Amino acid sequence: MKDYQYNWDVIWRSVNDLLYGLWLDVYMAFVSVLAGSLIGLVVAFALVSKQGLIRKSAQVYVTMIRNIPLMIIVLFIYFGLPDAGLVFGEIQSFVFALTIYAGAYIAEVFRGGLVAMPKGLTEAGLALGLSNTKINIFVKIPLLIRSVMPALSNNYISLFKDASIAAVIAIPELTFQTRRINLETFKTIEAWSSATVIYVITCFIIAFLLRRVEKRVAVPK
Amino acid sequence: MMNLNTGFWHELWISIDDLAIGTGIALSVSALAIIMGTILGLLIGLALTYGNIVLRTLARIYVDVIRGIPVLVLILTFFYVLTIWGINLKPFQAGVLSLGVFSAAHVAEMTRGGLQNLNKGQTEAAKALGLSFRQTFLSVLMPQALRQILPTWINTVIETVKGSTLVSIIGVVEITLVTQQIIARNFLTMKFYAVCALIYFCIGFSIERAGKYVEKKIAIK
Amino acid sequence: MSNKVLEISNLHKAFGELQVLKGVDLSLNKGEAVSIIGSSGSGKTTLLRCVNLLEEFQGGSIKIDGKTIGYNEVNGKRKRLSNKEITHDRALTGMVFQSFNLFPHLTAAENITLALKKVQRKSKSEALEIAHHWLGKVGLPDRGSSYPGQLSGGQQQRVAIARAIAMNPLIMLFDEVTSALDPELINEVLDVIKTLAGEGMTMLIVTHEMRFAYEVSKKVIFMNEGVIAVEGTPEDVFKNSDHERLKAFLSSTKF
Repeated sequence: MKDYQYNWDVIWRSVNDLLYGLWLDVYMAFVSVLAGSLIGLVVAFALVSKQGLIRKSAQVYVTMIRNIPLMIIVLFIYFGLPDAGLVFGEIQSFVFALTIYAGAYIAEVFRGGLVAMPKGLTEAGLALGLSNTKINIFVKIPLLIRSVMPALSNNYISLFKDASIAAVIAIPELTFQTRRINLETFKTIEAWSSATVIYVITCFIIAFLLRRVEKRVAVPK
Repeated sequence: MMNLNTGFWHELWISIDDLAIGTGIALSVSALAIIMGTILGLLIGLALTYGNIVLRTLARIYVDVIRGIPVLVLILTFFYVLTIWGINLKPFQAGVLSLGVFSAAHVAEMTRGGLQNLNKGQTEAAKALGLSFRQTFLSVLMPQALRQILPTWINTVIETVKGSTLVSIIGVVEITLVTQQIIARNFLTMKFYAVCALIYFCIGFSIERAGKYVEKKIAIK
Repeated sequence: MSNKVLEISNLHKAFGELQVLKGVDLSLNKGEAVSIIGSSGSGKTTLLRCVNLLEEFQGGSIKIDGKTIGYNEVNGKRKRLSNKEITHDRALTGMVFQSFNLFPHLTAAENITLALKKVQRKSKSEALEIAHHWLGKVGLPDRGSSYPGQLSGGQQQRVAIARAIAMNPLIMLFDEVTSALDPELINEVLDVIKTLAGEGMTMLIVTHEMRFAYEVSKKVIFMNEGVIAVEGTPEDVFKNSDHERLKAFLSSTKF
């Protein structure tokens, strides 16, 4: 520690790269979270379905993905699938992997929300003459999304952080850029503290925005 | 021309010892990290719940910073930065340390949540009976909080095991790295990443099941 | 030689800006059962909770069996007693709560023996004996190994009474103990309290059960807006009072 010369210049020179990396993280996370949420919503309904086959398939999907590290899924898709003739680019592979990963976790969140929904809702809808599907679309889903937003927010932030795993297949996102700066300049403290600060602030901003949304769509008490 | 099918099984057989060792390493890293993380996390959680303003702020900063960065960043930071400070950590130790610090942040947060969620009446009843704070905490609060926290803690254990994949990046020869070494030799990429995924799945699934079993056994009737 | 087991003088308590107790004087003699009635916000529960210092008070004093609790006057300055002393003094009273507050992870017997062992340092066998004695007295002799979750509301509350009284307190404090119970379970709890009163237990009861208060109390206190508005025998308070607010209150309770 004695002879360590601080040189923040290396960070300022690479600011563009770091911000580009951050942007990549946000972009990939956003796309995956969006697609993953749609998948998660559908899978959640499958998880509570009365039809055994649908329910069991959904359970298999969720249990499998939740127990396999994201990195392995990424490596499998990017390096492994070519064996079967399916070749994807880096970012495609990663977004694909993160989407599948997100879908499983988000499905669980939605499932929890569905299970916690008052049973009387379905009955009230039926009594009014609504079909089950209409009840799902117009009553349950809006209510569901509002009630699980806190848990969903938590998941979204986690998934954003998981975007850093893209570095493993050399996608030039923030963590990858930081590591590059570290290896090139040996200014580890500057590099990693910068990354830490950027990530913490970004997560904070995302959390703040999500809380704003939460408040706006929350069910009035 | 090699019949790929028998080739795979043959390859699997000759790699079994490496995979087993890799699994052992992964489990060791995870176990040590969990032990460290749980003890540290409980202490920080207590500081968060009962500490004075200084302790609470420090604990809060710790938890928010650690939870605001991806695990990968934490692992790489520990590995690279500590070298600058003259502490030359072997990859295994760096892995344990970083995963320990990571899980501690989660354990701290869930401890705080579990303790604060307890019914206020419990503390009042204990006070009314003349129990001291220490007695109240040990005999009334902690037993209930631990039962509350258990599912979430099991989750953290599984996340730590999944996080141990990332220490392959700093050179720990655990499952992922072993798999990559095998693949470098026999090019059966897809199949062996599938094997790798399967191993993680089995570990996670068993932990989940064990957790549910323990939950049932200690549940409050 | 004072027979006064409880002496409250000029008690003042505020929650932030809101004055809840505005100078309450109250005394209890040994063996007396005193009921406190009044509408929500009158301060009756707060008064009770000051006696075992679950609530702090800013003015006045409380003495239990001659000992000043909570705060001391030292050279004209008001000083809070140490936590250790306050914890110790809490064992002078026993409290039963509206929401029972049984420890859900312990059996009924364990709920009772916990404080006996940890606070009064009784041996395991002694504590168990006391627990079973009181479980018998509240009518649950064979439910010692049941968990609160397995008991009905009335049973839980009776265990809570046993738990408090097993500590042999000087005063029992009952805080609306039947308000959270289904109607058919209320009587089993009230009967236990009546029995204890009949056996000479000193008690302060905050309640909405007017008939019960009329039957069990030596003295009834009507609180209104932070002060004691009416004080007297059950006859005085329930049947013969001219106090406007009290009459309005009683008529709304269908006594």
